[in-house]
Amino acid sequence: MKRDSHRWKWILVSPALVVLILAASGPLLIVAVYSVLSPGNMGGVSWEFSTDAWFRVFFKRDIFDPENVTLNADHLAVFRRTLWLSFQTTLICAALGFPTAWFIATRPVNRRMVWLFLITVPFWTNLLIRTFAIQELIRNTGTLNTVLLWLGVIRQPLELMYSDFAVLLGMSYVFLPLMVLPLYAAMDKLDFRLVEAGYDLYASRLQVLWHVILPLVKPGFIAGSILVFIPSIGAYVTPRVLGGGRSMMMGNLIGLQFGQGRNWPLGSALAMVLLVIVVVALVFYLRITTREAGGRDGQS
Amino acid sequence: MKKLIATGLAAVLTTTGLASAEGVVNLYNWGNYTSPELLTKFEAETGIKVNVTDYDSNDTALARIRQGGHGFDIVVPSNSYMQTWISEGLIVPLDKSIVSNHGNIAPEWVDVDFDPGRAYSVPWQWGTTGVIVNTSVYKGDINDAAVIFSPPDELKGKINVIPEMSDVMALAIYYAGGESCTTDMAVMRKVRDTLVEAKAHWKALDYGTVDAHVAGDFSAGIYWNGATMRARLQNADLAYGYPKTGYPIWMDSATVLADAQNPENAMKFINFILEPENAAMISNFARYANGVTGSEAFMDEVMRAAPEIVVAPELAAAGRFSPACSQEVNDLQSQIWTEVLQ
Repeated sequence: MKRDSHRWKWILVSPALVVLILAASGPLLIVAVYSVLSPGNMGGVSWEFSTDAWFRVFFKRDIFDPENVTLNADHLAVFRRTLWLSFQTTLICAALGFPTAWFIATRPVNRRMVWLFLITVPFWTNLLIRTFAIQELIRNTGTLNTVLLWLGVIRQPLELMYSDFAVLLGMSYVFLPLMVLPLYAAMDKLDFRLVEAGYDLYASRLQVLWHVILPLVKPGFIAGSILVFIPSIGAYVTPRVLGGGRSMMMGNLIGLQFGQGRNWPLGSALAMVLLVIVVVALVFYLRITTREAGGRDGQS
Repeated sequence: MKKLIATGLAAVLTTTGLASAEGVVNLYNWGNYTSPELLTKFEAETGIKVNVTDYDSNDTALARIRQGGHGFDIVVPSNSYMQTWISEGLIVPLDKSIVSNHGNIAPEWVDVDFDPGRAYSVPWQWGTTGVIVNTSVYKGDINDAAVIFSPPDELKGKINVIPEMSDVMALAIYYAGGESCTTDMAVMRKVRDTLVEAKAHWKALDYGTVDAHVAGDFSAGIYWNGATMRARLQNADLAYGYPKTGYPIWMDSATVLADAQNPENAMKFINFILEPENAAMISNFARYANGVTGSEAFMDEVMRAAPEIVVAPELAAAGRFSPACSQEVNDLQSQIWTEVLQ
C-alpha cells in the first residue's frame, strides 16, 4: 500500500520532471556538445571532435602566421566590459532604486499601490521599443542634444550613441524596476519604531540610515542586485541597439558567432563561459547572504 | 461560460477556415525591402494573403531556414549565397507552368553563374555597394574607398559600416589591389591589416541606418545604393560614391523553399513579381533596379536620373559582379571578418 502511494507520487510528478529535464538539461547538453565540435560549412556544426572553439575563447592564432599565438585580447575586452557594465548598472540601480523605494514605502498605505503600479508601467512596452526611444533621446540630433544646444550649454552635439555610456544608460533604465520592487518589499516590512528609537537615542540621520535602515533592508538589496546583475550579464538587445555592434557585450559576441561569424562551436563555448560567470556570481551573492545570517545568529 | 467558449471556438474556426480558403504565402525577406503596395495588389488580384517576416543578413536567413519548422515559402538570398541554398537542397526549381513570365527576366540576368538559366530563382532587385558620404562634412573625392579604409580626420569616429561580410570584404580586396575571391596571401594580409586599422575609426557596424545617416549620427559609411538614395531624398547633403578601385555589384533573387507549406501560392507570387509593372513597384519602394524587362517604364521619375542608379561611364568599369567563392576562400574571409567584428 505504502509503496503504491510512493509510486503514484513519482508518476504524478513525472510530467514536471520530464519538462525540467527536456527544457533545462537538453538544450544545455546540446550547447556543451556543440562546443567540442568543428564549425560547419557556412554556419552549423560538423560532427568532428575539436577543442579549437575552447582554444579560441582564450587564445588567438594569427591567420597568416599560425605559429603566432597570443591571448585573445578581443574576447577578454568583451568579458571585462560585460562584467564592468553589469556591475555599474547594479550600482546605479541601487543608488536610484533606494530613494525611489523609500519614497513609495513612506506614502500612506492606500497610495502605495498607485506608485508601485506606476513603476511597472514601463513593462507594458516592448523592450526593443523602449531601447529605440532612448536612442531617440541621445542621438546627435536627439532631444537631449537639441535642448542643450538651444540652451547654449554645448556648442557641438555630444556624441553619446554607440558607446559604453549609451549601453550603461539603457541597461540602468531597463533594469531599475527590478531593483525598486524587492527594495520596496523589504522596506514594507521595516518596523519604523526602530527608526524612531534610533532618533530617541540621539543618532544622527546618517547614523540611522547606516546602522538601522540599511542593515534591515539588506535582503532587498541582495535580491535586487541579483535580479539586475544576472540579466545585465546576458543583455543582448540594449548593447545591440545602443552599442551599434562596437560596444559589444557577451550576448552580442555569442550572437555574432551564430550569424556572421559562422562559428557555432565558438558561440557554444562562449555561452558556456557566460553560464559559468553567472553561476560564480550567484554563488558569490549567496555566500554573502548566508554569512550575514550567521553573523546575526552570533550576535543574539 | 460554456457557451462563450463554444462561440469563441466557432469564431476561431471560421477565421482560419476563411484564411485557408484563399490561402496565404509567407515571404521571408530583407527588412525594409518589400513594397506594401505590391502586397496589396497581389492580394487584390489573387485573394492570397502575403505575410512578410524580415531578416537582416544572409547568414541569419540561412541559419533559420536550415533549422526547419520556420513556416516560410519564399526567401530572397544574395548571389554569393545562392549556390549554398541550391547545393543543400533548401530551395526547389521553379515550376515553369506557373511562372509563365520567366521570359520577362532581362537577358543579361538569365545566364548568371549563381543560377545558370534561372532554374531556381528570379530577380528581386540588384544594386551596388559603395560609400555614403555627408558632403557638408567631407568635401573631398567620394568615389574612393579610402573614405572608409583610411578616413580623413573630419570623418574619423563618424563612420558606419554595414556588417555584411561579402560586401565589405569585396570592397577591401579591391582596395588592396586584389581580385574577387583572391587566394593571394599578400593581398589578404593587407586586407586584414587595413580593416583592423580602419575599424578603430569606425563608430558603428550596424544595419538599418537610413534614418541615422539622415539625422547626421554618421557622416560616412559603407552602404548600398538604394538605401543611400532613400537617405538622400530626405537629406540633400548625402551622396553616393563608387570606389574607383572597384565596387561589388550584387543581386538578391526570390526563390521557393523546399519545405514551403504553400508552394503553389509561392510560385504564383514569383510569377507576379516578374510583371514589369509589379517589379517597378518593388523598385519604387526600395530604390534599386530590378532586372525585369520593361519595368523602367513604370518607375518613378526620380529613379531614372538618380546618381545612385545611373552609374557615370568612367566609373561603370570599376563595378564587378562578385562570384561565389570557394570554401577555402570563404573560410579565410570569415576568419578575417570575425577578427574585424570583434
